[in-house]
Amino acid sequence: MANKTAVETTLNGEETTFLCEPRQTLLEALRDELGLIGSKEGCGNGNCGACNVLLDGVLVNSCLVLAPEIEGRSVVTIEGIAEDGELHPLQQKFLEHASLQCGICTPGFIVSSKALLDENPNPTEHDVRLWLAGNLCRCTGYDKIVRAVLDVAQNNA
Amino acid sequence: MQAFDYIAPKSVDEAISALAAGGEKARPLSGGTDLIAQLQEGRRGLETVVDVKRIPELMEISISADGLKLGAAVSCHTINANQAVRDAYPALIDSTHLIGGTQIQGRASIGGNLCNSSPAADAIPNLVVHNVSCHIAGPNGRRTVAVEDFCTGPGQNVLENGEFLVSLTFPKPPPNFGAAYLRFIPRNEMDIAVVGAGASVILSDDKETIQSARVSLGAVAPTPLLVQEAGDVLAGQPISEETLNKAADLAKAAARPINDMRGTIAQRKHLSGVLTQRALRIAIDRARGAKTVDELGRLNGHGE
Ligand SMILES: Cc1cc2nc3c(=O)[nH]c(=O)nc-3n(C[C@H](O)[C@H](O)[C@H](O)COP(=O)(O)OP(=O)(O)OC[C@H]3O[C@@H](n4cnc5c(N)ncnc54)[C@H](O)[C@@H]3O)c2cc1C
Ligand code: FES
Ligand code: FES
Repeated sequence: MANKTAVETTLNGEETTFLCEPRQTLLEALRDELGLIGSKEGCGNGNCGACNVLLDGVLVNSCLVLAPEIEGRSVVTIEGIAEDGELHPLQQKFLEHASLQCGICTPGFIVSSKALLDENPNPTEHDVRLWLAGNLCRCTGYDKIVRAVLDVAQNNA
Repeated sequence: MQAFDYIAPKSVDEAISALAAGGEKARPLSGGTDLIAQLQEGRRGLETVVDVKRIPELMEISISADGLKLGAAVSCHTINANQAVRDAYPALIDSTHLIGGTQIQGRASIGGNLCNSSPAADAIPNLVVHNVSCHIAGPNGRRTVAVEDFCTGPGQNVLENGEFLVSLTFPKPPPNFGAAYLRFIPRNEMDIAVVGAGASVILSDDKETIQSARVSLGAVAPTPLLVQEAGDVLAGQPISEETLNKAADLAKAAARPINDMRGTIAQRKHLSGVLTQRALRIAIDRARGAKTVDELGRLNGHGE
């Protein structure tokens, strides 16, 4: 039991193969096997959103996915959000609005916000707050985060 | 996390063999939002995890003349994105919007919610009022169980060793049908129901009389309840404050809650009546043609 298995996946657009144990979560595989430490572990049980990634384009908690589940699937992490060395507009607006303090929640908020804007480019403030209800931040009080997301959406309009 | 084997069968038969081989130490994995959290806490001495999401039948979502066939592992996110399902099964959509936040909905399935069999599970009352049948496969073949008979206690259900849930079928809604699910939680999002109430109605053609109704409560007994008497008292009655009150009183009487950190017996009894009334009202409005969740959903927190 629990020999390492090889998992083939598309990670941030690139074909990737890695070894993992079935008991490792996707979050653990990303951080410990693949060196992608942008996704954070806040709670490890689905409550904080710091580990959020896109799995086949759908927002999920990577701490509640087993690493072997991503065989043949596509995963986008915070490391895959910027394109060609340019910050994604969300990253830019988070900086402009000072939407982070300690920053541990930020990768999760940016990945979640990207998933929102991919599905709904013009959300209301209520839509943003509801969508981000599963992302916790103990520093900012959320307001600056919501403003940054709405600012990006404004530019979509 | 404890060590285990991971198997992802591609057919129902392969899954049956994998579960049978693993015995009590094997369990199906759907979206993992309950199971992986439980594995993290070391709460289950599992040796084999059988991922059922590569089996086409468990991922099916299709509407036919008979109604909706919903694979046990289809995520809330996939259900929410399906306009035909949104229009026909409003109480289902109330639940799929309430379970966790966006990222939980990306994985959480209705089958997983049912099989986890929590008394407070948000999907189960909606399945009860939508009259759902549960299709089960196992070493001794297939069988079908009415959803109100599925759960047998907290975390307990009718699945025998080696059996698993393949799909749920929702009958085609008759004309003048409406349904709703509501829950009470102390904050706006991301919490476990103190009480949940589902209701469905079929109205007469003039939409003034209730032909039949079903009421279901969550978090007030060891299993979600079908409150048969609350539905029965409404059958053939005109829609009025008085008739709805009668049903609410019967729901209140049927509730057998406990005191715990989420609520007291008195509060839960009271809420059972209030939420039953409210769920019935929304179900009636929907039967009268109110747009499903897209208009009335705001009552339930999803929408402005
Ligand atoms: C942060 C957070 C918030 C949540 N909020 C809510 C909420 O608001 N309301 C609510 O009701 N729940 C909530 N949950 C609980 C959970 O998300 C739901 O119960 C979900 O529907 C479970 O589905 P799943 O597909 O993830 O199940 P899994 O975790 O994969 O499985 C759940 C259980 O069912 C078994 N199982 C799975 N599939 C099958 C099958 N096909 N046949 C037989 N057994 C099977 C598993 O072995 C396991 O015991 C929350 C969980 C988290 C982590
Ligand atoms: S670490 Fe995954 S939700 Fe908190
Ligand atoms: S910035 Fe510190 S938790 Fe959000």
